[in-house]
Amino acid sequence: MESKKKHIFDEVKNVKRLLNCLYVCCAMLLISDFVIHRHVSHHWERLWAFYPIYGFVGCVVLVLVATWMRRLLMRGQDYYNDEGIDYNSKNKGGRQDLSHNRAKEEGHDVDA
Amino acid sequence: MWMLEIPPFVPFFISALIALVTRGFLRAVIMIIIPVISMLHLWMVPEGIHLQFSFLSFELLPYRVDKLSLMFGYIFHIAAFIAIIYSLHVRDTSQQVAAMMYAGSGLGAVFAGDLITLFVFWELLAFTSVFLILARRTQRAYAAAMRYLIIQVLSGVLLLIGAVFYLADNATLEFAYLGLDGIAGWLIFIAFGIKCAFPLAHNWLTDAYPEATVTGTVFLSAFTTKVAVYALARGYPGTELLVYIGAVMTCFPIFFAVIENDLRRVLAYSLINQLGFMVVGIGIGTALAINGAVSHAFNDVIFKGLLFMSMGAVLHMTGRINGSDLGGLYKSMPKTTVLCIVGAASISAFPLFNGFVSKSMVMSAALENGYDWIWLILLFASAGVFHHAGIKIPYFAFFSHDSGIRASDPSNNMILAMLIAAGLCIAIGIYPAALYSLLPYDTGYNPYDATHVLAQTQLLFFSALAFVWLNLRGMYPPERPSTNLDFDWVYRRLFPTILRSIFTAIWKMDKKLRQRVINKIESNFVFMSKKYSQLTDLLSRGYPLGSMVLWLVIVLSCYVFLSVIY
Repeated sequence: MESKKKHIFDEVKNVKRLLNCLYVCCAMLLISDFVIHRHVSHHWERLWAFYPIYGFVGCVVLVLVATWMRRLLMRGQDYYNDEGIDYNSKNKGGRQDLSHNRAKEEGHDVDA
Repeated sequence: MWMLEIPPFVPFFISALIALVTRGFLRAVIMIIIPVISMLHLWMVPEGIHLQFSFLSFELLPYRVDKLSLMFGYIFHIAAFIAIIYSLHVRDTSQQVAAMMYAGSGLGAVFAGDLITLFVFWELLAFTSVFLILARRTQRAYAAAMRYLIIQVLSGVLLLIGAVFYLADNATLEFAYLGLDGIAGWLIFIAFGIKCAFPLAHNWLTDAYPEATVTGTVFLSAFTTKVAVYALARGYPGTELLVYIGAVMTCFPIFFAVIENDLRRVLAYSLINQLGFMVVGIGIGTALAINGAVSHAFNDVIFKGLLFMSMGAVLHMTGRINGSDLGGLYKSMPKTTVLCIVGAASISAFPLFNGFVSKSMVMSAALENGYDWIWLILLFASAGVFHHAGIKIPYFAFFSHDSGIRASDPSNNMILAMLIAAGLCIAIGIYPAALYSLLPYDTGYNPYDATHVLAQTQLLFFSALAFVWLNLRGMYPPERPSTNLDFDWVYRRLFPTILRSIFTAIWKMDKKLRQRVINKIESNFVFMSKKYSQLTDLLSRGYPLGSMVLWLVIVLSCYVFLSVIY
């Protein structure tokens, strides 16, 4: 059976291997900062590990701010329903309509 | 050489007509051949004005070719070719015709040498593309399409008014450098800005693109916004305001993209982010920056098309596109997964992928020209785009928790289209000289020096590390079915609410006023009827008649009296 077949990331050890691979790459990139000579154009680039720190901190800040934004901005899926549109007829992920459209696209010519 | 005079939009419009009356295999062959022939033709066309005529005393240039327009001409042909292959299975004639007309309109706009021709194609872009949204045939798509159309037409109207002012000021309609001097410049700038999804004018994109059909979104992502980028590069290079607008465009959408659940809407936000890089490049305006902007537009059409195609494939095969409903699809859609990852690596600007060779030009130009803070913002946006488009899209669709969905890879035509796009992403990434040779300026730029490669790789790997760390700590916001408020809340919620309350107040006042008038009329009637009843039995039963008779008697008496005196 298809569903019982084990796939690559079903094994926790494979996920761990991938993550370890990422950690090793990150460490090597940090070390290469000492080895590779850069042509810097901005004085901040001279700081040790500027790009790694900027990338890491930038992404953490991005996610934290976005999570905070969610508190302000997140509404229910049917928030705009009172525009007079019955979204419920369609959308739990658009499945019904899409299968309908697929039937139209693939099965029949609907250009009448 | 009569062939020279045929602008590239003509074969596309003709093929749209043919698509209208043909079906099946014949239609597929014609639709594939047209962009190939048209591309070969365009390849041989030299620079210059190839079509020019007078219309109502205006000098029109519908077909002007130079390096800038050629770049966009080439990429529009490639985009049309890929998207047509991707949509070969579609049997909906309205979509096929609209798509060909839309691609033709895009080509018409970039080869337009005057503002009137540009306006015509500007509006055609709106009227043809809206059918790709309507073709989804849902209430939601219909509403989004109407909002899209209103905003696009508004942009066209502003362009037309601007063109009229421009004609009055400069006695010419030629579309060249416009600048922000005078009202004409500003009006046209706003018109271009709306189509380029400037902040606060961006919601037509995030609203409509995810509601379009699976194949429609692939077409949509290629043309409208890139025409706007072309128009800005032609009319406003070196306009400093664009640097700041572009910087905002690179930054704010990534926050929305992180919390958005609909993965095609995530890509729509990411599209605005990429447009931001191009707008910054145009704003800086040096040869390197313009090259960066144009080549990034070229690359964006390919990798964003690839990402929209892969998400379209997911939607097509599973019927779902929300991150909260998906996951684990790599098990049953391995080809789509790999192709999506290629697109994700390209948009994230990994070395050896096409995003890297163009984005780094804009970043270098920002540094060279003293825009240090802008450079830092672009760097943050680069890390952010990797976070939401490079990791989030493949992770939530194909990996993450197993949703249990076991949809297979899509049909061969869809895979082939994605394969072509992925091949181009890698080919341009490995051999950027081919792309650089087409650019408007020769700058001798080399993206593959140790500094650039190391810096970008460090930035991206540590962004990935941040994603892993946040996920392991459970701090990454989970995908939830939701609507996130954006600026469109103003015209979808605030304005209607304000208008509703204003009209409620007006109806209330109106009701009050009517009541008062009715009361007044009633009291008059009461007063009259009282008078009426007072004069009963004297001269007449009716008060007015009695009163009239009384006054008649008085006047006649006076008359008799006066006649006696004289």
